Amino acid sequence: MEKLVQIENADVAFYTKKGLFQALSGIDLTVTQGEFVTLIGHSGCGKSTLLNLIAGLVMPTRGNVFVNGREVAGPGPDRAVVFQNHLLLPWMSCFDNIYLAVERVFGQSETRARLRERTREALELVHLSHAENKLPHEISGGMKQRVGIARAFAMQPKILLLDEPFGALDALTRAHLQDELMDIVAETHSTVVMVTHDVDEAVLLSDRIVMLTNGPAAVVGDIVSVDLARPRDRLAHAHDYRYHELRTAVLEFLYRKQMAPAA
Amino acid sequence: MKLATAPGSGSTSIISRRKFEAGDDADAAALPKSLAAKAANEVEAPAIQGDLPMRRTSHAFAGVKTALRIALRLITPAAMGLLVFVGIWALIAQVTTLPNPAKTWEAAVTLFSDPFYVKGPNDQGIGWNILASLRRVAIGFGLAALIGIPLGFMIGRFKFLSDMAAPIISLLRPVSPLAWLPIGLLVFSAAGPAAIWVIFVSAIWPMIINTAVGVRQIPQDYMNVAKVLNLSEWKVFTKILFPAALPYMMTGVRLSIGVAWLVIVAAEMLTGGVGIGFWVWDEWNNLNVEHIIIAIFVVGIVGLLLEQALLLLARRFEYR
Repeated sequence: MEKLVQIENADVAFYTKKGLFQALSGIDLTVTQGEFVTLIGHSGCGKSTLLNLIAGLVMPTRGNVFVNGREVAGPGPDRAVVFQNHLLLPWMSCFDNIYLAVERVFGQSETRARLRERTREALELVHLSHAENKLPHEISGGMKQRVGIARAFAMQPKILLLDEPFGALDALTRAHLQDELMDIVAETHSTVVMVTHDVDEAVLLSDRIVMLTNGPAAVVGDIVSVDLARPRDRLAHAHDYRYHELRTAVLEFLYRKQMAPAA
Repeated sequence: MKLATAPGSGSTSIISRRKFEAGDDADAAALPKSLAAKAANEVEAPAIQGDLPMRRTSHAFAGVKTALRIALRLITPAAMGLLVFVGIWALIAQVTTLPNPAKTWEAAVTLFSDPFYVKGPNDQGIGWNILASLRRVAIGFGLAALIGIPLGFMIGRFKFLSDMAAPIISLLRPVSPLAWLPIGLLVFSAAGPAAIWVIFVSAIWPMIINTAVGVRQIPQDYMNVAKVLNLSEWKVFTKILFPAALPYMMTGVRLSIGVAWLVIVAAEMLTGGVGIGFWVWDEWNNLNVEHIIIAIFVVGIVGLLLEQALLLLARRFEYR
């Protein structure tokens, strides 16, 4: 399998008012083509920082980050990011929000008709064709997040980076969107790195779960390979022994080896 | 954005309500007659339709009554306020040489019966004077917008420019607009451009400052979208900076036009020529005090209309 993301011995430190803050230290991680990797850990441990490192929004203070064999020098449309708060532009319709991204990626080489077609396809993918002319404030939180996901997929990125994409949603909507994401990823063979704090979400969606130790100076504590067959079904897994074993392994790490920091 | 427009929108709602009532009032006055006729018609044939039509008319009467009551409740305080104002004015007029309301009203009627006469360069109708002032404000304000808004964007976008401009803006902004008049007279050697220059200087600050604030407050989230999508600086401007800063910009424009209209009267008093400000001064020299009072009302009404027009415009650009 081709290595799409390679992080080698990376440190990340920030200058804060209290001095230098070491967020990540000596991170080694590879993500192969078509893999679904989740980053899990207690809040504040630096999992979002690790994602931003791949996105190019944060630069390593030591070590290297390669995506597709090239060193990451900044953000780029080959790595689409979906944030927890959807980040749709409120003055543009759902269609225009996606079109903006599509135009950026394909505008040089394709006709406008084709760009519009791509935008419609993306909306179709998340079952939101009926809402294309709606403004973000006119649709629900779950729908906004779906538009954000559609925007990311429409860019046809080499890798999809999801930063707690369902964190702000209610449990039912979250489950629904997780299933939808699983379908889309299976269909498009996308490579995904997702940050989450939800153990069930991690086990259900991932091929590998990367568990980070508590910060500061978080390291990769352990990696669990999720060897459940795909397609996965949340109901079937509710009674699956292996599913619970994996889930327990993650919980053990989070609550026994890495006690939640006081706060 | 909400905060900035809140007091303004409050005042519009009162204005529009008042308009609505006025219309309503006229309707209400006209309605009962036709209704009464209708009721009379229906009473003529009661046997066939039973008591149903009767009930319907009484419903209709109730509707008119509530409409009338609401109109009265809304219009009464405003009418009372105006009445008290005119009363105090009349009282003061009794004991001083101030012309009383009735006399002023008569003067206004004659004045507005021929607003567009021209009897020489310094004797023109009130309409021409108002238009001349509006023209000066439009030119001065337009130039200020043309320079102030782009400048505000640059100051908001680049911290270095902001730090550069900060001392100049803080130093010059509190200066009374009229202090700039001699500079204008010196540079342009003419009264007309000097008045426009004063408008320009006084109108530019709110636009620079509000636009800069609008750009600076754009949530980092939106800039992250720009970063992640790697948008060009032009796209960032047209798709993110401009729409996000627009409501703030419109607030600046609204404040600016208010200031410009305030300043024009004073500037024209000093520069002379045709214009509502000089007209006031001219009437003072003629000791025609009624006309001065009329001018005060005219200036107030025009200012109110300008503000309302811009509020309407601003509301079109709002997003949630």
